[in-house]
This record gives sequence, structure tokens and C-alpha cells, in this order.
Amino acid sequence: MEIPRHWRLKKQRYGLVGEVCPHCNHKIFPPRDVCPNCGDEAKEQFAFSGKGEVYSYTTVYEAPAGFDANAPYTVAIVKLEEGPMLTAQLTDMGEQPIQIGMSVEMVTRKMRNDGDERGVIVYGYKFRPVAQNAIAG
Amino acid sequence: MTDVIIAGIGQTPVGEHWELGIRNLATAAIRDALQNSGGLKPQALFVGNMLAPNLSNQAHLGALIAEYTGLTGIEAITLEAAGASGGAALRQGYLAVSSGMVDVALVVGVEKFTDKIGADVEEATATENDSDFESIHGMTIGAQAALLMKRYMHENNVPENGFAGFALNAHANSVANPNAAFRKAIKAEMYAKSEMVSDPLKIFDMAPHLDGAAALVLTRRELIPSDWQGQPVKIAGSAASTDTLALHDRKDMLRFDTAQISASKAMKQAGIELNQINFFEYHDIFNIYAALQLEAVGFAPRGQGWKLAEDGSIGLKGRIPCATLGGMKARGFAGGAAGVYQAVEAVTQLRGQAGANQIAGAQFGLIQSLGGAASTAVSHILQKLG
Amino acid sequence: MTLPQTSPTLLKPVKPVGIVGYGAYVPRYRIAAKEIARVWTGKTSGLPIKEKAVPGLDEDVITMSIEAARNAMLRAQIDPAEIRAVWVGSESHPYAVKPTSTIVAEAIGAVPSTQGADLEFACKAGTEAMVAAMGIVGSGMGRYALAIGMDTAQGKPGDALEYTAAAGGGAYILGAADESLAVINSAYSYVTDTPDFWRREYQKYPEHGMRFTGEPAYFKHITEAATHLMQASGTTAKDYKWAIFHQPNVKFPQKVASQLGFSTEQIAPGLLVNTIGNTYAGAAVIGLTATLDIAQPGDRILCVSFGSGAGSDAFDILVTDKITARQSLATKTQEYIARRTEIDYATYARYRGKITMK
Repeated sequence: MEIPRHWRLKKQRYGLVGEVCPHCNHKIFPPRDVCPNCGDEAKEQFAFSGKGEVYSYTTVYEAPAGFDANAPYTVAIVKLEEGPMLTAQLTDMGEQPIQIGMSVEMVTRKMRNDGDERGVIVYGYKFRPVAQNAIAG
Repeated sequence: MTDVIIAGIGQTPVGEHWELGIRNLATAAIRDALQNSGGLKPQALFVGNMLAPNLSNQAHLGALIAEYTGLTGIEAITLEAAGASGGAALRQGYLAVSSGMVDVALVVGVEKFTDKIGADVEEATATENDSDFESIHGMTIGAQAALLMKRYMHENNVPENGFAGFALNAHANSVANPNAAFRKAIKAEMYAKSEMVSDPLKIFDMAPHLDGAAALVLTRRELIPSDWQGQPVKIAGSAASTDTLALHDRKDMLRFDTAQISASKAMKQAGIELNQINFFEYHDIFNIYAALQLEAVGFAPRGQGWKLAEDGSIGLKGRIPCATLGGMKARGFAGGAAGVYQAVEAVTQLRGQAGANQIAGAQFGLIQSLGGAASTAVSHILQKLG
Repeated sequence: MTLPQTSPTLLKPVKPVGIVGYGAYVPRYRIAAKEIARVWTGKTSGLPIKEKAVPGLDEDVITMSIEAARNAMLRAQIDPAEIRAVWVGSESHPYAVKPTSTIVAEAIGAVPSTQGADLEFACKAGTEAMVAAMGIVGSGMGRYALAIGMDTAQGKPGDALEYTAAAGGGAYILGAADESLAVINSAYSYVTDTPDFWRREYQKYPEHGMRFTGEPAYFKHITEAATHLMQASGTTAKDYKWAIFHQPNVKFPQKVASQLGFSTEQIAPGLLVNTIGNTYAGAAVIGLTATLDIAQPGDRILCVSFGSGAGSDAFDILVTDKITARQSLATKTQEYIARRTEIDYATYARYRGKITMK
């Protein structure tokens, strides 16, 4: 079990909390306290909107231990509208075929059990297609 | 700078060695290499290993392998840089010998994948990715390669079976390699019909994860006994580079910067140009990596690396022969041993001992060992002397 | 049982309280009642509903509560740090011990100066949370309080409950009446010890008293709560534009509405059970979100929950002119219902963990 680790990352997992560089305004996710753009210190928190688009995607059939109960599942690289990219699962795809460039939005979902079903449930970000009937904002 | 020579090579066949543990594999390769060196006495052992703590519940391989090889007492440590562990161990051996601090160094790469199965292996290999921000999302190394491949195909209009040439070349070249796991040529239809692992990545787009060990004996040229009979092969260039661990943190993930940086540094040290390289042992654990390495090193422009496989340029008689004894795809991917197998095979070529697969007149070989999706790259230029 | 001789006063906060923001959530998977019947009985008629909502493999009451709470936040447009209570009512909390509420509070930024607790009162745990939230705000102890009713209800395979036990619910941010899109004039709760439905500890599926769940339980408690609320408020059914009654199936809410003098039209917007199933602790509250989605300023709404065991919470709600601008700030209930992927019984069995893996 890795309780402290999952606990430590909850702001990123639940709220996509990263950083904004006070020197060059570069948006940073995951946070690292050093701006990858200008190299200066960047510790100011910044919560990302959770809106983005699919940069690439694939399906995992042979899942690692701890993820096998949910296989097959789709993993994507998502480009957030503020700039950074991240890795996340896509969920609730419905009948909509996934395409590079499709708009997606962040949701919070179960990611895995920490260990087995006796461990804590790890929650975090996944992305789903922005629904046709959803309201912008 | 004094010349560092690869004086001995050794290897086990790559495969499912149910009857052999990690120590047995390493010992077999080391004894093979020491014998091949003509009986040089190593003072230090550098072990390249990727996942023994996860797959074999065994860390501290340096002392263990030294003991089981009958070398207890010598300096011994493990180098880990994911799939580049073997290349990293070779570079540390090279640095130790070239510095003059060590006269004879032993480099061994070893991996024992088959003590665990299925989901446990996927879990272990996924530790080479960013655990907090990639692996927690169920990302596997295959999925990561598939994400790269999908984007690459999207940007470069690669047709569905555009990567087949890499697999066909590797399997054709492994037939003559007695240490290869798969010694059978495949046809394009087999590739096309092969199982989808992670769309668009097919089973023939990735190398099988198998057990194996390979070893090298390094020394300085002047220390070679006068009665030594072998063909000396020199480490003419050695360089390593790192990039972001997570693929999503790259500024441009379709460019393997570490492959470019380490290769050009190694070539600069060797004092050679790209067109002097006679063959290239790339890190074809995934075909997409091979394509991106061909581009990074400069053999193909951006987005065109896959075409070198399609048009036969990477064949034994092509412009830049690659995976000349089967590569990881057909010889098999043995984790931390992979980079050392590359060196063993390159030395085999440069000694002129590659049999049916011999690259005529080979003088310079480039070997490149990758950790993850080129988060680490270690490049070496090996040169046939005299 | 009749109303007490001396009528107790209504639950009316010292400071007027209302709904500042609300949000719904319905997962996208649906299984048709006839698909369940195909597996167990072969019947094609007499089914209690058309289809029910099923949570995905990666969903539970926590993830669903977070989404509903985020929708409520989008409509409320408030600083989450000012939320002083996060209460989640459900009979499907993912943990036996460890609060749903702290995870939801953390996800919306309502930590650390907040109350947090999980409530359980069968299907009325959500409205119980709302009454508690009225207390926090109405007493002046906190500016805002978040109350959620959400469930991923369990039904034993083949049991009558399996046709309806569904997933969904709603979230409400309560605050001062003058900031509200709907004012809660008052509430009234009617509770007795009536064992019509229960689930013992460590049991996976609930038990129920068959027809005993009807007259002495559902109808008795809803009728008493609604009647008392209206009598004490000086209202009749005609004073309400809309009404919501707990909806375990289509028939019960229709019948109790009729008995209380409400028309089919009055309960139409909130009657969702035919297309999403019985969402248990979410059932009355999501009926209310759907009604608020289409309500106009000045509309008066009666909302009555029912929870087995047993009790009813009744609310007298008056919609304000602030509703118009906020309805479209988040996904509406009917928009969630329209997002649907139909699944067969085998997929449903997998999603709901009904296939024994060890």
C-alpha cells in the first residue's frame, strides 16, 4: 500500500492543481517548482480548467496488476487548453469514435485500488468527450 | 586518450530460461566473455539490470554476481537506466578503464523476465515510466509506444502496415543468429494479421520480453597480452543523454533528442561522419522507436524513418543495415542485457564473425540503448582496429 | 397512526435559507427492465420502469457526488472556502469507515474549515442532509452548506428491486435566501420505526417487506409529511406549480400525488424513474434538480422524500428570479439522461460487480 503517496498527490489528482510561472506566465503541470520554459522558480499554484483535446490515444488490453479489472481501457495524451500535456484515461466514450483533436473534459473517477479491495480507493482525473448537449463554461 | 578495447564477448541465448535464475544467466555470459578474452582478470564488475528488484525480488546484483562468478572481492555495482541499463553499464565500464583507475572491467547485462507473468510483468515494466503521472493511469510501456506510434502515423500519413519492414528485417536477420529467440523469417501477411496489442501497436511491433545475459571484457589497448590472438575492437565514442521521463512532458515527443545528442557526441569523439557508419544496432523494443532513432541520428528526415524499413535501406545489403543479428524484435528483449547484446553483436560484426549476416568491410558500428521512450539514450561507436 | 394532537411547528430556520446552487448527475449506462426480465422471468409486461441508470466501472457515490457538487458550484458561483458543511446522504458509500464527504470536500476545494459527514437513512439520506444544511445556514453558523443525495443502489440479482435499483442523484448548496435561486420556506419530517426495507451489516444486498413497503411505509410517511407541511403552511396542492415525491417506481409517486390532490402535470418534470430508475437517496433530490431546471421565478415546489425504516422529509420551496441566469450554468438533468449507452445484462453484471471473481 502506498497511502502517503496517493494522499500527497490529491490536489493534482482531484483538481489538476499545477503551477504558473511568475516570470514567464508558463502554465505547469505537474507542478515541479522550476519552470520548464524559463528555468526560474515557479511555485504559484494554478488550477487548470480541465478542458483539452486528445493528442494521441490507445487501448490497453493487457493491463498491469491493479488495473486488470477495468481492461480494456483507453489511455490518452491530452493537451490542456492552457498548454501542458498530460497522460490520462478516457472514460464514458459512448459510441463516439475517438479522434486526435477531439475535445475532452476532466472528470474525477476511480483509478485503482491501493493494493486490493481492502486498500483505499485512489481517485483522480480522467477525461471524457465534451457532450454535444453540454453547456460551455 | 588511450584506446579502450572490447577484448571479450559472451552471451546466453535469449529465451524462456525456466531452469536458470538471474545469477546463473549472468555467470554463463561472464564465463563465456572471460574465456573469449583469453583469460583477462577483471578488477571491477558493472552490472546492467533493469528490474531484478521487481521481477526477482533481488537487488544488490553486483555482489551476488561477483560471488557466483568466482570473483568475490572485486568492485561490483548495478547500473539502472531502464532499457538503457546495458548501455549505461558499458559506458561506466568504459569510463573506469579509460580513466586508468581500472585496468580490466567486466560489463554484464542481465534480465530475468519470466519469473513473473502477465499483469505482474506489465506492472514491473511500467515502473520505468513516471509512476505518479503516467503509470497511475494504467499506462504500460506498450501503450506509451502505441501513443507515439498513433501520433507519428497521424502526422506523417503512415499507412496501416507501414512499420512492417522493421519486423520483417529483424526476423530475416535472426535466422542465422544461434542466440536469437525467434529464428524464423516472417512474411508481410503475418505482420498484417498479427494480434493488436494497443492500437495501432501490433504484437509484431514490439519485442518479446525474455531472459538473457550478455557480457563484455574491457581493457586498455596497451594492457593486451602480446600473444593475444583476437581482432581488437575499440570503443571509439561513448555518450549518454537524458530527456523528460514522462512522454507528455516533452516539447516534441516525436523527436528523440537523447538519441540525437548522444549519437552526435559519440560520433564527434570517434571523429567520424554519419556516412562512415556501416551498421546501426538500434533499440527496436518497439518499431516506432527504431523509426524515431533513424530520424534522430540523421539517417532519415523527420517523419521518414519508417520508409527506410519499407524500402529496404535497413537490410543487410541496404544503405544502413540495422538489427543485423535480429535486433530486440527477433533476438529478444532482455531488459538490462539489451544494450550489452548490441555491443556483443556489433563486436561480432567488426571481428568479421557474423557469418551469413556479415556486413562486408564493416569498420564502424553505432549501437544505441534507450531507457523508456528515449528518456535515456546511451550511444557507442565501436571501431574495428588495424 | 395520525398526526400528533398538538402539531409541531415546521422546521423553519431563524435566518431565511435557500438553494444557491444545485447540480445533478446520472451515469451514462442504461439497462432496460425487459433485459433484466429476459434473464430472470421472461416477462415482457408489468415491468416497474422502462430502464435504469448504471454507473460505469470507474464510478461510485464519491465520483458521482463530486460531479454533482461541481455542477452545483458552477451554478452557485461562490468561493468553496465559504462552504462550512459537506454532507453526503447515500446507502452506497464506498467505504464502511472513511467519509465520502471529505473526498468530495477536497475535490471542490471546501477544505479544511468544514463539517463533513456521511448520512444514512435509506432513500431519504439526501434530504436529511438538506435539512441539516438548513440548520447550519439558518442558524448563522455558516454561510453555505453542501448537501448531496447520491446512490449506486444495490438489488439482488433476480429480485424485484433489481429492475429499479439505479444510480444518480443531486447536490445542493444552501445559503441565505437573498442569494438563492429558490427559497426553502420550511421543511417538515415525519419519522417512525417501520421496517419495510433494510440491509444488515456485511450483506451485499438489501431485504424488503414486499407489499409491506407500500401502505404502512411509503404512502403513510409521505402522506403525513406532505399533509402536515401543507396544513401548517396554509397551502393546498393548488398552491404548488410542481411537486416531487420519492420515486421507487412509476406507480407509487403517481398514486400518492393523486391522493394528495396533485395532477400528472405537476409531477411530470420531476418524475424520472421511468428512464433512470430508483436512485434511492438521490431519487427525490434529482427529481428536484430536474424540476428546478425548467422552473420559472415565482413557481412554488413541494418536494417529499421517503426513506425506508422509515421517514419522509417534506420541503416547501419558492423559486426566485435568480434562477433564470443559473439554470444554464451547468449540465441539466435531462441532458445527463439524454447521454445514454445501453448495455446488456452481462455487461451490467460486470459493471456492478455481480460476477464472482474469487
